[in-house]
Amino acid sequence: MEEAIVTEKLTKRYGDVRAIENLNLEVHSGEIFGFLGPNGAGKTTTIRVLTTLTKPTSGCACVSGFDVVKETDKVKKEIGVVQQHLSLDRDLTVRENMEFRARLHHLESFERRRRIGELLDYVGLTEQANRIVEDLSGGMKKRAMIVSSLMHRPKVLFLDEPTVGLDAQTRRRLWELIRRLHLDGTTIFLTTHYIEEAEALCQRVGIIHLGRLIDLGKPINLRQQLGLVAVETLVNNKETRYQYFADRAAATRFIQNLPPDAKTIIIRESNLEDVFVELTGRKVGDD
Amino acid sequence: MITVFRDVYSVLWVDIRFLRRHLLRTLATSLASPILYLVAFGYGLGQGISFDSYPYLAFVMPGIIALTVMSSSYTGAGLKLHVDRLFYKCFDEYLMSPISLFSLAIGKTLIGVVRGLISSAAILVVGILISPTLIVSPLFLLVLVSSCFVFSFLGVLIGLVAKSHQDLGTFNTLVILPMTFLSGTFFSLSQLPDPVKAVLYFLPLTHSSQCLRAAALAQPFPWLSLLALLGFGLAFFAGCMVALKRVSV
Repeated sequence: MEEAIVTEKLTKRYGDVRAIENLNLEVHSGEIFGFLGPNGAGKTTTIRVLTTLTKPTSGCACVSGFDVVKETDKVKKEIGVVQQHLSLDRDLTVRENMEFRARLHHLESFERRRRIGELLDYVGLTEQANRIVEDLSGGMKKRAMIVSSLMHRPKVLFLDEPTVGLDAQTRRRLWELIRRLHLDGTTIFLTTHYIEEAEALCQRVGIIHLGRLIDLGKPINLRQQLGLVAVETLVNNKETRYQYFADRAAATRFIQNLPPDAKTIIIRESNLEDVFVELTGRKVGDD
Repeated sequence: MITVFRDVYSVLWVDIRFLRRHLLRTLATSLASPILYLVAFGYGLGQGISFDSYPYLAFVMPGIIALTVMSSSYTGAGLKLHVDRLFYKCFDEYLMSPISLFSLAIGKTLIGVVRGLISSAAILVVGILISPTLIVSPLFLLVLVSSCFVFSFLGVLIGLVAKSHQDLGTFNTLVILPMTFLSGTFFSLSQLPDPVKAVLYFLPLTHSSQCLRAAALAQPFPWLSLLALLGFGLAFFAGCMVALKRVSV
């Protein structure tokens, strides 16, 4: 399988702080890959290295087969980036922002106009095209950022925490958009600290903690390693214990043999949060 | 080469769109200080005084044009870049696009040049009306455009290296403000003792105002000052390229 992104022993240090450490990663062409981890885990630094904004301290990384240090211009033509913060010029309209990015990527005048119309329609922003970005809602701003990053038809799209700060309905609309982009053949590298986002969107997930990749695989496989069924029990009225089982039958047998002081028993499907907690001893949402 | 021009225009294009949307506000803020100086020094303090055998108003006008060029070009090129880089963090968009750092530096400089030229044209009209002795010769225009470039390069450089808004404020207070008053804009450097004069020659506005004054009043032209001004421009441009290389990795 062709790889869209490959990193080998990729390391980035800021002084004594190790932002990412010996990161070995392969993202397949055409997949939605999720990078899951808490704030400060190294997700944004990884994106900055892969998008040529930051040089790695050591190791190497290739995007679409091009080295992110030695072939930056070629990498830049292959990628689109949607940053966590609003990176559009907020005093310009959506259309002007899109045109600006198209100009930076050398699209001809005719192609610019056609592409802007096409993409505005694609994300349902046609009626907002001439509004100043600052006046848009959070969801519209994010959609405007995504279409601006797509002007030059990038093969790999980086989305850094794309749904942070958005309400549930807007978040789901963005998920739909991301799925459509994926169906149209774009490779998507997405960072998130939302478990449900990683589970809903990603075909494979890398879990990063303190700059190190601690697990990688399909969400179902990661859960299977732990156990697909989780049992939560409250012991001595103060401590919640989590146990994981391959199936409900095994979980039920466990509950039947619990001591009488075990209370508030919850049986549920395990999730990636459980995987993360078991691997690191902390929750994904912790800072 | 065509790609460089196209990239420079792309960078300039977005700032021009911004300028068009805020033209009146930009012009008003750029002209407020020079008009205040003109009223306070030209009409207030300067009534009845003459300098180098010229009425003070005729003497001070080129200096005021020089400081208008400085403040408009420096602020026009540097402030938005600084805010985009540190506050809005949208400067990364340029760095992630396949345009060269040279095109980026020149494109960001040109918006300062455009703003400097607009403001200086406006103050020049006022100057010609109130001081008809002012000569707008090709040499005067050459110095004007060169000064726009020099101070725009300085704006881009400071916009790139300032690590915070406080840094920018400190530079404005400790360098730009003293330069406004001490660079021979409001008085003749010949009045000053040589050691002070020597220090003031390290300020680009000194050379800009001397060249503009000589050209505007048909005095012997200080070619060495023009060379020094161009030297400052080259140094600031080199600084911009180094700073861009640093922020781009």
